[in-house]
Amino acid sequence: MTANPPSYLNAGHTIRSWLLTTDHKRIAVLYLVSVTFFFLVGGAAAGLVRADLLTPEGDLLTNEGYNRAFTLHGVIMVWFFLIPSIPNVFGNFLIPLMIGARDLAFPRLNLLSWYIYILGGLFTLIVLLVGGVDTGWTFYTPLSSMFSNGNVVLVAAAVFIVGFSSILTGLNFIVTIHRLRAPGMGWGRMPLFVWSHYATSIILVLATPVLSITLVLIAAERLFGLGIFDPSLGGDPLLFQHLFWFYSHPAVYIMVLPALGVISELVAAAARKPVFGYSFVAGSSIAIAIIGFFVWGHHMFVSGQSMYASAVFSFLSLAVAVPSGIKVYNWTATLYKGNILLDPPFLFAMSFIGLFVVGGLTGLALAMLSIDVHVHDTYFVVAHFHYIMVGGTISAYFGALHFWWPKMFGRMYPLTWGRITAATIFFGFNLTFFPQFILGFLGMPRRYHVYAPEFQTLHVLSSAGSTLLGLAYLLPFVYLGYSLVAGKRASANPWGATGLEWTVPSPPPKHNFVEIPTVTGRPYDYPVDKEDRR
Amino acid sequence: MSDFIALWPQSASAYSGRIDLLMWVFTALVVALSAPVFILIAYYAWKYRAGRKADRSDRVNRNTLLEISWALIPFILIVILFVWSTRMFFTVHQPPPDAMEINVVAKQWMWKFEHAGGQREIDELHVPVGEPVRLSMASQDVIHSLYIPALRLKQDVVPGRYTSLWFTADKPGTYHLTCAEFCGADHSEMTGRFIVMEKPAFAAWLEQAGTDASLAAEGEKLFRSNGCSGCHGPAATVKAPDLEGLYGSPVPLADGSMVTADDQYIRDSILLPQSEIAAGYPPIMPTFKNVLSEDEVMKLVAYIKSLATTEDTP
Ligand code: HEM
Ligand SMILES: [Cu+2]
Repeated sequence: MTANPPSYLNAGHTIRSWLLTTDHKRIAVLYLVSVTFFFLVGGAAAGLVRADLLTPEGDLLTNEGYNRAFTLHGVIMVWFFLIPSIPNVFGNFLIPLMIGARDLAFPRLNLLSWYIYILGGLFTLIVLLVGGVDTGWTFYTPLSSMFSNGNVVLVAAAVFIVGFSSILTGLNFIVTIHRLRAPGMGWGRMPLFVWSHYATSIILVLATPVLSITLVLIAAERLFGLGIFDPSLGGDPLLFQHLFWFYSHPAVYIMVLPALGVISELVAAAARKPVFGYSFVAGSSIAIAIIGFFVWGHHMFVSGQSMYASAVFSFLSLAVAVPSGIKVYNWTATLYKGNILLDPPFLFAMSFIGLFVVGGLTGLALAMLSIDVHVHDTYFVVAHFHYIMVGGTISAYFGALHFWWPKMFGRMYPLTWGRITAATIFFGFNLTFFPQFILGFLGMPRRYHVYAPEFQTLHVLSSAGSTLLGLAYLLPFVYLGYSLVAGKRASANPWGATGLEWTVPSPPPKHNFVEIPTVTGRPYDYPVDKEDRR
Repeated sequence: MSDFIALWPQSASAYSGRIDLLMWVFTALVVALSAPVFILIAYYAWKYRAGRKADRSDRVNRNTLLEISWALIPFILIVILFVWSTRMFFTVHQPPPDAMEINVVAKQWMWKFEHAGGQREIDELHVPVGEPVRLSMASQDVIHSLYIPALRLKQDVVPGRYTSLWFTADKPGTYHLTCAEFCGADHSEMTGRFIVMEKPAFAAWLEQAGTDASLAAEGEKLFRSNGCSGCHGPAATVKAPDLEGLYGSPVPLADGSMVTADDQYIRDSILLPQSEIAAGYPPIMPTFKNVLSEDEVMKLVAYIKSLATTEDTP
């Protein structure tokens, strides 16, 4: 055995060595710190909103204050947490390791993406703190372009900036996956995590520019009174909605596809089995990415668009469910005859599957025209997308964190605490969001600060759940933080998983591989065995 | 249902009952498609957990037939629901011709309703039971959305265009009516009451809320006072289209296309007269954009509509 080269964590200790690093793993850690920060800010705003909704009159905040709070929550969570979280933290850290590369294709561009993200984030925070916006994260016109008295232009600028970070990261991933795969790693041997990031990157690169243009148009209308969206200037308000959702619907797949990739890895490792139907699972990521571009009109069924257009969008939206369903059934089949380790990563994966199924199937209800007419813009929609995005994406994010933490930092955390956290998040989550399906079906519109008294009981349940959920999200700070100083040292492969990232020491050395490996087998080649792991 | 925790919304029409049925069937489908996942995951996690003795031989990693079946079966079920729900959607988008018309103007942050007889109400909508009602809706400022949960219906109200909604309420009572599209500071206070009345009671209500003039009559006054009659009237010297019999008929445009003279066409002709020029007339009509409010335009539309009705009934 030769001595390992020093890990990337030890390759320099100064602040400068972090802030000017081009090592994808260090950049991933920079993102980890920054998205965590934004998660806390967005979470605090959510707590404020939920506390306000404890009473029908909303005694805590004013109408304006409430509107600004949910806008802050939406903007931060969507653009500064959900979109960047898994790709920029785990994609960055793992893609080169998983495909046997020393770094991403453009390491300096990668660092630049982080700086752009930080710039956009700080800008947003400053704007939101000095007054904020009151339009919701969707910025519908003409409210946002001519009627809002918030800082729409500045927030649009901030989101515009952060868009470039997404585009650059997406480009970097695409080129890396095409060019830097180790010898022997054909497309059919790529881990599913990499496949899902490939699909995500395509969406990032194609859809984000549309958002950027739309934001520029809003700013132009506000600043110069150009008649683009405001009918009193000769514009068309529905044009805005088309442009916005043309980006923002695919954007929900930006949030969830990486999560699907994470879950495939976690399920295979937990079951010690290859993912059932590898090629279907890989293919369904691409199918979701492509169909995802043609369903944006399902946000506009009651907007006054043509009913024939609505029918087509409805059909396509229902069709997206099929590839998503395939994944879920394949994961279930993967567990069959597995050798399942009930560790925190797997508990998060199970929780993901449950919540994703509920979120996805209620998406079907929304895709059906006559049901959507009733529940559109109510709490039913709020519950639906939180099941997918918070239940789904964030469960996967926590699952990834618990799975690759030992790899990233070389330390184990107390597994029992991880299990408690996973269970509490699952329970708290359902208590928070399930009542919202009922609220929405009863007719409670979303974005309401004052509501009819008969809805109060369900709101109180939801707020109670959110308190529990919030506490459960904070728990990992304690035990993961503790593990950094006092955790047991992790071996190179603590879960007995397959994949090139587990062949290097934990934490990996600066340039990942002493020698670029040659790949000879298919991914998830688990031997049939019963030996103990860890 | 108990007041403490309601689980099902009130229902005020036969249509809402049909939506509820679709929702039940859909819920059953959700359970059928997802129960195997939940049950099997929990069962496998227990049965095949590490350290437990279980038969792990003959593991399969793919089974194309199985995979095709779990793509195809849900797909077929989904197509059935698609057809069902889309047909219902199309019915609620095709109002019967004899529906009673009520005009709606939304503005930050109130609902204004105007009945054909000129009766106006704010944040309250009275309708008779058992009669089809068609709401013709305009917004004065931002996008709003009229939502009546008891009817399972909503429709955005978009500035710059008319949208409409029709229903037949068949259960007397008082229900919620709200704004569902985020529309600014007091969005959540843009709510009101939807009141379904027996026919005699409704007639009595119209009577006591009555005004001197119907919408069409008020429109006629506006037609004179704003100088429309100067060009469009019988004695006019300017070459402008005659509005009698216009409503509902096809209009040839200067660019060679044809449009039907519906509410939207008439509204646009008043507010954006240069956008669609009737063939054979000089484009000299001024815009009334900053002169007339949405209610006034609606009254003018009602007046021009009334001119068509006198035509058809000889
Ligand atoms: C897979 C990940 C998904 C994510 C992240 C997601 C996210 C979202 C979000 C954020 C909204 C809210 C739009 C708003 O602000 O009003 C939404 C609405 C909607 N989603 Fe999903 N969704 C996902 C999957 C699905 C699926 C699989 C379907 C259909 C099969 C679906 C159908 C819909 C529909 C029709 C709406 C519009 C509802 C409305 O606005 O009335 N979604 N979704
Ligand atoms: Cu409104």
